[in-house]
Amino acid sequence: MDASESLAVAHHRSSRRKRMVSVLLLLPLVSYTAVFFLLPIGMMLYRAVSNPELIDAFPRTVQALNHRSFDRDADLPEETVFKALEQDFIKATSLGVIGDAARRLNYENSGYRSLIMTTARYYRKRTQTILQAGSARERLEAVDNRWTTPVLWRDFQRASPAYTPYYLLAALDLKQTPEGIERVPAHQRVNLDLTLRTLKIASIVSLSCLILGFPLAALMVKASRTIQIVLLLAVMLPFWTSLLARTSAWIVVLQEKGLLNTLLMRLGVIDQPIALIFNSIGVYIVMVHILLPFTVLPLYNVMKGIPSHYMRASESMGGHPIRGFFYVYLPLTLTGIGSGTLLTFIVAAGYYVTPTLVGSAREQMLGYYIAFYTNTTVNWGMASALGIVLIAGVLMVYLLAARLVGIRQIAGLR
Amino acid sequence: MSFPFTRAAAVLSLSLIGCSVFARDLTVVAFGGAMQEAFEKAYFVPFAQQTHTRIIQDSYAGGLAKQKAMVDSRNPTWDVVQMDENEMELACDQGLLEEVAQTRLSHAGEVNPTAFATCGVGAFVWSEVLTYDTKKFGEDGPKSWADFWNVKKWPGKRGLRKQARMTLEIALMADGVEPKEVYKVLATQAGEERAFKKLDEIKPYIQWWETGAQPLEWLAAGNLAMTAAYNGRIAIANKEGHHFPLIWNQQLYSMDYWTIIKGTPNLEASYTLLDFMLSADAQKAFAHAIPYGIANQKALSELDPENLKNLPTAPDNIKTGLLLDTPFWLNNEEHLMTRFTNWAAQ
Repeated sequence: MDASESLAVAHHRSSRRKRMVSVLLLLPLVSYTAVFFLLPIGMMLYRAVSNPELIDAFPRTVQALNHRSFDRDADLPEETVFKALEQDFIKATSLGVIGDAARRLNYENSGYRSLIMTTARYYRKRTQTILQAGSARERLEAVDNRWTTPVLWRDFQRASPAYTPYYLLAALDLKQTPEGIERVPAHQRVNLDLTLRTLKIASIVSLSCLILGFPLAALMVKASRTIQIVLLLAVMLPFWTSLLARTSAWIVVLQEKGLLNTLLMRLGVIDQPIALIFNSIGVYIVMVHILLPFTVLPLYNVMKGIPSHYMRASESMGGHPIRGFFYVYLPLTLTGIGSGTLLTFIVAAGYYVTPTLVGSAREQMLGYYIAFYTNTTVNWGMASALGIVLIAGVLMVYLLAARLVGIRQIAGLR
Repeated sequence: MSFPFTRAAAVLSLSLIGCSVFARDLTVVAFGGAMQEAFEKAYFVPFAQQTHTRIIQDSYAGGLAKQKAMVDSRNPTWDVVQMDENEMELACDQGLLEEVAQTRLSHAGEVNPTAFATCGVGAFVWSEVLTYDTKKFGEDGPKSWADFWNVKKWPGKRGLRKQARMTLEIALMADGVEPKEVYKVLATQAGEERAFKKLDEIKPYIQWWETGAQPLEWLAAGNLAMTAAYNGRIAIANKEGHHFPLIWNQQLYSMDYWTIIKGTPNLEASYTLLDFMLSADAQKAFAHAIPYGIANQKALSELDPENLKNLPTAPDNIKTGLLLDTPFWLNNEEHLMTRFTNWAAQ
């Protein structure tokens, strides 16, 4: 008893040391993941709901407006609110803070930007002393009479909480109104279509890659060594050239007076050049070419491990090769199909440069709009919200695939 | 530990300290391409020679993200930056730019007063005009935006910049709105509908471009029959042997600005560069290199007529032009852009 107990303790101790070592070895990876993967995603989630602009610029006004509501048409805040607003404008630490708030308020209704900025410029030239006499409300009304409209105050209040569902709702073409959550007007509905389009393009690309890649991978396994190397190079070459160079090369090949159209017209196949680029055909051709290695390599890897005598065995038992393919070969390649297609899909869903260069306005994907909001309008809340939509969309497809094929299969663990 | 390693570490740490102690070189950022080459020739190289200042050049495609990031992190790596009027105003309001003091610019007196904004000095006037390939239509090509819509007489694809700004103005002018009435009309709901309805008419014929070089490449490659394009780019293409006429009628023009990033350690040098770029000689050299409008009145009066007639600001060219209304776009960009994007994607 004693001996076996101490043996157990010793075993426990030594295995604990081993665990410690493995934890220490994993530490760099874990901290790397935390800092460069989880943290940015967390920040993105935070950006999509954080709404500090009005509180930063107008702390006193937001405070004074607390618990008030402006539901009825004739409702206007009382003088203390207008006084607080004047204080906020005069004591603003910088025009920058006001500018951020103006941009934020303008999302509620186009035009508020100029209202805030004109008022800010008016009060910048003035000091505390003017606040002593007269009515703040009248002064503000004189600068811009929108300050005395209830609809402005309703919008102001809606835009003022520290956290807002505004961006996430807008990413789904929804908005908050006094009556509850509604869809935005028809001509403003962009984002749902955009998400569906992104998933559609990614699906078509990954399916096309599978249809082209499956026989190619099978051929690579069967072919002689020389041909195998040539094929592998052909697949890998686009992988090693810059994305931009490849995309531009395709423009040269596919454009109206490009190589392909010229060749087809010389051969007399067509009389008029066909539109192969700056439309959906162009996007699919170029994206499939660029993403093919992502499908072929996992497939090739799996097919290489399938012993060739399996098919012969099936044949020797009287199975037709087609039957053998469906009952023996195909099920064995499922892991490769699952991981290759899913990998292609995920990479394709995040595409941005290629559709921008070779697509028309109809083929722009989520990535394009994320870049648009990040760089052009500096609406980082909206960019984050769309980023979340993209992640959620990809995750949904991933989970669906995991249910159908199994997570371990997708990861290639079997 | 071996010697080379310690020495390398010492050098490395010294250079790291060096970075934080000594100010970096003056960094000037513009939109790249033919325009930046003209800047380099007319401004940056002569400036570096005369003042013995080292200049680092960078280029970007517009937008405020980088400026915002560097000002927010209090580590500005840019100093002097070219910006369009819209973005300059936005950046100025958000506190990303230094306010420009005219008193620190010795050439300010020679410069058109309209070229001074709170946070910027006018760099040049650019213009978007209609152009086409004479190989396709001879000299009898389209002469106005209304002609741009006439796909029967002049068949083929049309190039327009993929954005609401300028496109909606062009649509209204094509629909017969006078240039000076355009923004009055566009500000109303009915005017907005009218612009989009007009765009519907040629939607299948539009090929959207995003960078200034694209429309001319496509025009030269035969993908486009006609296009809206920046006048400077067209002039450069014509220098290279193409024959693309500039239709100044109903041109859309605006000013680009030089700005200084807030909190730059090179404020003094930035002002010196700004002042140099405003001088008459430098601006004449710029207008020779690329035909964009210049702000220095003295330089303008000394320009030879041959050169002058290619500028967007030449009296004959500007007569029927439309000045882009920046305050209008600052207020309406977000909702018009959303609607435009939605419309274009359907």
